[in-house]
Amino acid sequence: MATVDLNRVRKSYGAVEAIKGIDIGVADGEFLVLLGPSGCGKSTLLRMVAGLESITGGEIAIGGRVVNGLEPKDRDIAMVFQNYALYPHMSVFDNMAYGLKIRGLPKAEIQARVAKAAEILELGRFLDRRPSQLSGGQRQRVAMGRAIVREPAAFLFDEPLSNLDAKLRTQMRVEIKRLQDRLGITSLYVTHDQVEAMTLADRILVMNHGVAEQVGTPLEVYQRPASLFVAGFIGSPPMNVLDARFDAAGQGVALPGGTAFLLPRPRPDMAGRPIKLGVRPEHLAVTSGDGPLIVTVDLVEALGADTVVYGRLPDGEGMVVRVAGLPFCREGETLRVGAPPDALHLFDAETGRRLAD
Amino acid sequence: MQRRVIFDNRALPYLLLAPQVAVTLIFFIWPAAQALWQSVHLQDAFGLRSQFVGLENFQAVLSDPNYLETVKTTIVFSASVTLLSLASALGLAVLADAKIRAAAAYKTLLIWPYALAPAVAAVLWMFIFNPDIGILGRALNNLGYAWDYRLNDGQALTMVILAASWKQVSYNFIFFLAGLQAIPRSVLEAASIDGAGAVRRFWTITFPLLSPTTFFLLVVNIVYAFFETFGTIHALTHGGPGKATETLIFRVYQDGVVNHDLGGSSAQSVILMVIVIALTAIQFRFVERKVHYS
Ligand SMILES: Nc1ncnc2c1ncn2[C@@H]1O[C@H](COP(=O)(O)OP(=O)(O)O)[C@@H](O)[C@H]1O
Ligand SMILES: [Mg+2]
Repeated sequence: MATVDLNRVRKSYGAVEAIKGIDIGVADGEFLVLLGPSGCGKSTLLRMVAGLESITGGEIAIGGRVVNGLEPKDRDIAMVFQNYALYPHMSVFDNMAYGLKIRGLPKAEIQARVAKAAEILELGRFLDRRPSQLSGGQRQRVAMGRAIVREPAAFLFDEPLSNLDAKLRTQMRVEIKRLQDRLGITSLYVTHDQVEAMTLADRILVMNHGVAEQVGTPLEVYQRPASLFVAGFIGSPPMNVLDARFDAAGQGVALPGGTAFLLPRPRPDMAGRPIKLGVRPEHLAVTSGDGPLIVTVDLVEALGADTVVYGRLPDGEGMVVRVAGLPFCREGETLRVGAPPDALHLFDAETGRRLAD
Repeated sequence: MQRRVIFDNRALPYLLLAPQVAVTLIFFIWPAAQALWQSVHLQDAFGLRSQFVGLENFQAVLSDPNYLETVKTTIVFSASVTLLSLASALGLAVLADAKIRAAAAYKTLLIWPYALAPAVAAVLWMFIFNPDIGILGRALNNLGYAWDYRLNDGQALTMVILAASWKQVSYNFIFFLAGLQAIPRSVLEAASIDGAGAVRRFWTITFPLLSPTTFFLLVVNIVYAFFETFGTIHALTHGGPGKATETLIFRVYQDGVVNHDLGGSSAQSVILMVIVIALTAIQFRFVERKVHYS
């Protein structure tokens, strides 16, 4: 059990800066998810915490102890790899016991710990098997078991579920959540899957190009995305973003076609300035006739519980609407669509950062 | 998973096999058959007539105390060459694997010995170890150590072992390096997170995962030491001084080509074949059990 603190952490590969100064304090027992698109530096950051990559700048502390100069073996962490990285020549038992044997634990203690982990993960029947004789899901569990038995200060996960099929992934996600509730070990979890992030995280750190775009609880990140990047990355389908402009009094914003939205709180300081206006597809409502937006339907996707409508505004801008229930319109039809004022997100047109509200 | 190639033309697969089959027939099966035939015959000195003598040739060979001496030399020689060339190749491959970016240059350098003809390699070693003109040979003598592999049995054996091992290191190195690079990085990383230092990682992860390569090389190297070191010994010491560096294969040549004892020499060839087949069978039976194939 321990805190993990990253202080202005940077990483360069030659001239390429992969991590550009990240600050985050992970509380004892917290589950932090590092979320971002492929290549944004998530694995690099995690591997720096593990000690598998050197630290170019800044400080990493585990349990209050700076670990910059320590070998992985001296950091008291356990890691679950995307490809599981099991020892192929060892039985499931030996895979889990390996780290304990190295630490010189008594045989009985090793037996007990492995037995307990095997029970939690339902691996009891497979202890004598080699990894090659297991299914993907079972290997995944062995990798988890190998981490659990160590009782480390922190768990590190690098996309542990991305090699599993959709059904197994959901199942393992629930198991990881349950495990975390039960063990309460500080965890850093890397993923590019927003559903994993939303369901597992106490807090999410959204990364983009080696920078932390936002740190917050799953709901904070969803309800108040700090930037256009976060707004576009979290939510499915992604948030609609339109070019707009504050009116002369700063009371509302208007689209190029003239459609106007009143703001919940006027911004006289921004009067006349250009802006990016964001609305989530699920917050748009189809109205009987007075909705401010006129959307021509291009495509209708029936998901069963929801219907997603892809269409365009009169000036050609794309617009996605997500409505509960079965399809209610056809391609070529026109809909009147509106949004409540508190569903509008305003972003600086130049920096893409959220405007303070 | 099953891999199968479908040929449209029925003759094509046989045609593709033909060259290999021809080479095996002409250079292996035919001489082996000849050796078998000759080993049970006695030829006159001019090779004009021969007479069936059953196992007499074998009796003569096996009751010759010199022959047993040669067997001993061969065991010492082959065990040393196999161990030395495997161990140093593995060491070099581990170093290269760690610095893989430099490996291209490193690899080329290490392949050279393999490409050299045995006689050329032997000359090279002579220039190093010759007591009169060799760099190291002279240095040793100047330091007061009486070095002359032409007179000293032990020194001669040491030198042919070194030279023969050196030639085989390249071959082993290539296989070890490929084997090392096939080990997933993440498995070694997992071990280091589990608390294993570099040495323990090597012995508990790398070495076991390398075992298919090591086993294959073990078989190949023993065969090499038994059969293919003739050129090196011939050029360096001629089996001498006395019979200090005479191995079984060298003796086959000596008795057959130099002393014209075709029957005896053939009997030795057959014995040699049996030894190597037995050794290989033993390795597959007992050593291979410890090998982990992924
Ligand atoms: N060993 C390396 N050498 C050079 N560049 C690297 C190396 N490892 C990662 N990178 C670069 O760093 C960036 C982040 O990579 P990574 O952390 O693997 O991304 P993610 O895990 O988020 O997909 C990428 O642009 C990648 O090309
Ligand atoms: Mg990654």
